[in-house]
Amino acid sequence: MISYWAVISARFRSLLQYRSAALAGLVTQIVWGIIRVMVFQAFYRSTNAEQPISGSDVETYIWLGQAFLAALPWNIDTDLRALIRSGGIGYELVRPVNLYAYWLSRALSWRTAPMLMRAVPLLAFAFIFMGMAPPVSLEAAAAFAVSMCAAVILSAAITTFLNITMLWTITGDGVTQVTFGLVLIFSGMLVPLPLFPDWSQPVINAMPFRGLVDTPYRLYLGHIPISEFSGHLAHQLAWIVAFVIAGRIAMAKALNRVVVQGG
Amino acid sequence: MLDNLYVYRRFLAVSVRAQMQYRASFIMRLGGQLIITAGEFMAILVLFDRFESLIGWNVYQVAFFYGVVNIAFALADALTTGFDLFGDMVKSGDFDRILTRPRSTALQLAGQELTLRRIGKFVPGLVALIWAAMNLDLNWTVANVGLLTLSIAGGASLFSGLIVLQATLAFWTTETLEMMNTVTYGGRETTQYPINIYRTWFRNVFTFGIPLATVSYFPSLAIMGTPDPLGTPLWFQYLAPLIGISFLYATLHVWRFGVRHYLSTGS
Repeated sequence: MISYWAVISARFRSLLQYRSAALAGLVTQIVWGIIRVMVFQAFYRSTNAEQPISGSDVETYIWLGQAFLAALPWNIDTDLRALIRSGGIGYELVRPVNLYAYWLSRALSWRTAPMLMRAVPLLAFAFIFMGMAPPVSLEAAAAFAVSMCAAVILSAAITTFLNITMLWTITGDGVTQVTFGLVLIFSGMLVPLPLFPDWSQPVINAMPFRGLVDTPYRLYLGHIPISEFSGHLAHQLAWIVAFVIAGRIAMAKALNRVVVQGG
Repeated sequence: MLDNLYVYRRFLAVSVRAQMQYRASFIMRLGGQLIITAGEFMAILVLFDRFESLIGWNVYQVAFFYGVVNIAFALADALTTGFDLFGDMVKSGDFDRILTRPRSTALQLAGQELTLRRIGKFVPGLVALIWAAMNLDLNWTVANVGLLTLSIAGGASLFSGLIVLQATLAFWTTETLEMMNTVTYGGRETTQYPINIYRTWFRNVFTFGIPLATVSYFPSLAIMGTPDPLGTPLWFQYLAPLIGISFLYATLHVWRFGVRHYLSTGS
């Protein structure tokens, strides 16, 4: 266990070095947030009908989305890709650790470090200048924190699965982009999920992606009452387990036929 | 000039053949871009399903703006990939090789790669535009067809100009400024919707600062025959796309200025 923790913290510290990328990302995310908020405000101004989620809730939802954007499974581990290309992956195989657990640990840092660097200043900006609302209650804040951790672990499990596909495809770009497209649409990043048509709700609810965005954010807003917290958390955990099992199976299959590139 | 066109065509043919070597990867990446761009269009449909109108605009009008902007952006993006890679070339010193060849640097960079998977961005734009045009009951006069072509060309020029400008800055900073993506990608995001929905200061940035609205919003109004809620005259709506083309022309001059002041990193 200690060795995995060491992987997480070492990787975390090295990723914290990329500060200028984080600053560029921060500015982009703020501009993005402002554009999206204005578009949604315009839509809400166009109707008097009752909506499944209020306009001010949507604004907070958008800012949370911008703050935690980097936590989504949107790219693969470029260092691992370099290892697979160069043949250095051979060294990974001789390490005295479980390879899946090792890669999952890497993915956890890969998802949290860039996210934290952007989330803290972005949330500060949104609270001070954009009128973002705090969590509705202490319980909601706690539920949000727990659910957000589950969201990051889910994202890391998906990322690890994508990393494993590189053992077949070498670049991994295609699979990642298709997955990220699905994540964007069905997590709530593009349009908060409550605004999707009623008939589509059961399908969207069953899919894993809402556990990345919609579940924690709506707990924050109190849009999901605390009484339903455990059910939503169970949904996130079930999908984490599913991705871990799928990842382990895929990795076992890949390692049976691995061809180390280069020399 | 003709000779340059010939060389350019050869460059692109090589690039296309190279991409086709990795067919499975190509198809997956194309699929990825298709899903992401189509997802944005789907978002518009979902929102109109809930809200029915966007301050007086209907879903077909917004689809028209979306189509024009995304077609223009996909064209620019596919044609200027070489400039995207330029920052790395400066860092590695590879740009020196380009300088030794007897062709213009801009031509060589533009010919570096024709990124075919940008079709994934182009197709949803085209589908949206055709769908909008069929439902809007438009008059396809020669003037309107011409204006639509000019509007897309102006948009593609403006986006290309922004990407060239971003690359040009690397002459001095030796790394591409990701901050500029806010302008290109943010501009595309913004102008997918009619710009009168935004606050005044923001609208002014994309009309006078980075004139993206002039190449999509104003000409689209003229084609749809909708009077501008912002009150611009018709002749302006017809001439506005020319601003995009002049912008590209100007940035190519800045580029040449950059090339003359290029100092190799020597590595």
